[in-house]
Amino acid sequence: MKRRLIRVLGGVLLTTVLASGAACGGGNSTGGGSDKCGLKLAFAGALTGSAANLGIHVRNGIKLAVDQYNAKHADCTVELKEVDTEGSPDKAPGLARQLVTDRKLIGIVGPLFSGESEAADPIFNEAGITVITASATRTSLSTKGWKVFHRAVANDDAQGPAAGNYIKTVLHPDKVFVVDDGSAYGAGLADAVKSVLGGLVTGTDKVAADGKQTDFSATVTKVKSSGATVLFYGGYYQNAGLLRRQLTEARWTGTLVGGDGVNDAGYVKAAGAAAAAGTILSCPCVPATQAKGTFVADYRAKYNEDPGLYGDVAFDATNIFLNGIDAGNTTNAKMLEYVNSVNYTGVANTYTFTDTGELDPSLIILWMFKVDHNGTVVPDQAAPRT
Amino acid sequence: MDIDALLRDFGELTVTGLAQGAIYALFALGYTLVYGVLRLINFAHSEVFMVGTFAAVLTWRAFGLDQNSPVPPAAEAAGYLLVALVVAMLAAGLTALVVERVAYRPLRRRNAPVLAFLITAIGASVVLSEAAGVLTRRQVQPTPSLVRSTTVVQFGSTRVTTLQIVLVATALVMMAGLDLFVHRTRLGRGIRAVAQNPEVATLMGVNRDRVIRLVFLLGGLMAGVAALLYDLKIGNPKYNVGFDLGVKAFAAAVLGGIGNLRGALLGGLLLGVVENYGAALFGSNYINAVAFVVLVLALMFRPTGLLGESLGRARA
Repeated sequence: MKRRLIRVLGGVLLTTVLASGAACGGGNSTGGGSDKCGLKLAFAGALTGSAANLGIHVRNGIKLAVDQYNAKHADCTVELKEVDTEGSPDKAPGLARQLVTDRKLIGIVGPLFSGESEAADPIFNEAGITVITASATRTSLSTKGWKVFHRAVANDDAQGPAAGNYIKTVLHPDKVFVVDDGSAYGAGLADAVKSVLGGLVTGTDKVAADGKQTDFSATVTKVKSSGATVLFYGGYYQNAGLLRRQLTEARWTGTLVGGDGVNDAGYVKAAGAAAAAGTILSCPCVPATQAKGTFVADYRAKYNEDPGLYGDVAFDATNIFLNGIDAGNTTNAKMLEYVNSVNYTGVANTYTFTDTGELDPSLIILWMFKVDHNGTVVPDQAAPRT
Repeated sequence: MDIDALLRDFGELTVTGLAQGAIYALFALGYTLVYGVLRLINFAHSEVFMVGTFAAVLTWRAFGLDQNSPVPPAAEAAGYLLVALVVAMLAAGLTALVVERVAYRPLRRRNAPVLAFLITAIGASVVLSEAAGVLTRRQVQPTPSLVRSTTVVQFGSTRVTTLQIVLVATALVMMAGLDLFVHRTRLGRGIRAVAQNPEVATLMGVNRDRVIRLVFLLGGLMAGVAALLYDLKIGNPKYNVGFDLGVKAFAAAVLGGIGNLRGALLGGLLLGVVENYGAALFGSNYINAVAFVVLVLALMFRPTGLLGESLGRARA
């Protein structure tokens, strides 16, 4: 008799727990401020692998914003989930599907690269989770009809021409050679540069993806025999570093120009400072070390190094979400509406988005960077517009 | 297809291809030696090479050299190269011996089937490469430049640089030395005897286990040399540096005739050159595909490789 009572009580208790759990998990309740608590933001990008440095800069920016928010709202914190895609479009969809099962997830800062964005954004779109990428620059990403997509930086349509214009008006070479790695990002950028330079391009080559090729003898030979004095490389820093080193070893003394994917300390490390010196790198960003407010000091205090590429933009993108949460946008639909109409001035830029999720054209900033003789990447000049 | 590019740069493509092929050739020796004696593909050989590349870079780092150091004067550089060569050979040789001791000998004692060896080989390869990946946080190891690339010889528009001569000459010297060792010394005779007929060789008093150890050691030493040359030519090794290169070296060994020392040299050099021609014709992103298409075509006409499988033949 007693035992049966316990069972009945247990059953009731269990049912209550389950019911309350379901109510919490639903995330659609219209209750008060407690909805804000325990919401999650996620970073998706490379934290290990050949392009890890780029991912770590962005992750650090995001984490700084979330930690600052949580320090202010200790009783009602936001959680950051970090998903390591290794930069691979093959790994991103599976990880994205895992992410969207989390009903507390309210926004994604990422995915880091264009290839993985192409693979994972449809999944976020289906789940209705707002996405702001601080670094994926392939132009076509905004034309796929994903309602949730936002880009806090300029796309390759802006970056490619800027690099092309810089080559034309600042370096003014007679012959330019263009190489890309065939990736969504690299090929897109190289095509944009080619269309600006037109007849100046004397030769082109495609190389294998990062990590799939280390010997670039044939490319080096082609560059040398083309007589080009400028080489544009569309791709990421690891290949670019090896290529620059081998070009210098083969005594090609021209200038290598690359996009933001090459703009990383890993490039100088692979090439060596002597070979890397003089390299020109475009970037749809202001130098992260010139960000406004206390960002640079805070970043240094937390990570003991200078903020890297897009760390400041990622910080801003995260703060857009955090402001949204603070303003009570605790459902995916409300958050999307909030981000669509946001007008936010952060440490790197001011952000409003067009209908397709692109940064408003009047807000686009592009800079050219240069590798100096110590191997440090220093801001050179704002990119010419024509 | 860009035939013009191939014809215009034929000389330079050949020279740079030979330089890359020299690395394949030395790397391929490890596969060929072990296969010749044990009929076993030692997949962990790619990690033996990887250990060598790391050992050389770490040696230079111990001397205070990094990627930003200026190229040292020739005599000093030769010293650094020699020390790194010895360290890389020892590290790679030792790794090969450890792999043999841990992954293969216990199975051999128990007469395990061939498939078991294949799996432990892959297992050993994964363990070593992942361990290195975790230890180095999967970062590339920046490498100093030690050889100033000056043009030494010039044929028409084709320049041959110091580095290219060092690469090919080292491969040829090492190969000649190994060939002499296998064909002229007592230990070498033991290797050939075991390759030819293990049972009879054992009956005749050859210590089979010792021969096997010796073969792994030799393969490791040669991989160490290949690793040093790789650091000189390309540098920036990381934990998976051996993987793609190992597949190429294995292909070179098969192309030349696996189990055949001179075949490994021929296969390696040929593969390096063919890759370059392919890259000139179709673009560098086809470099891997072209290499393997050529391999398949060559094997269709000569299934045992260009020079045949010879380590075990009575008159090699």
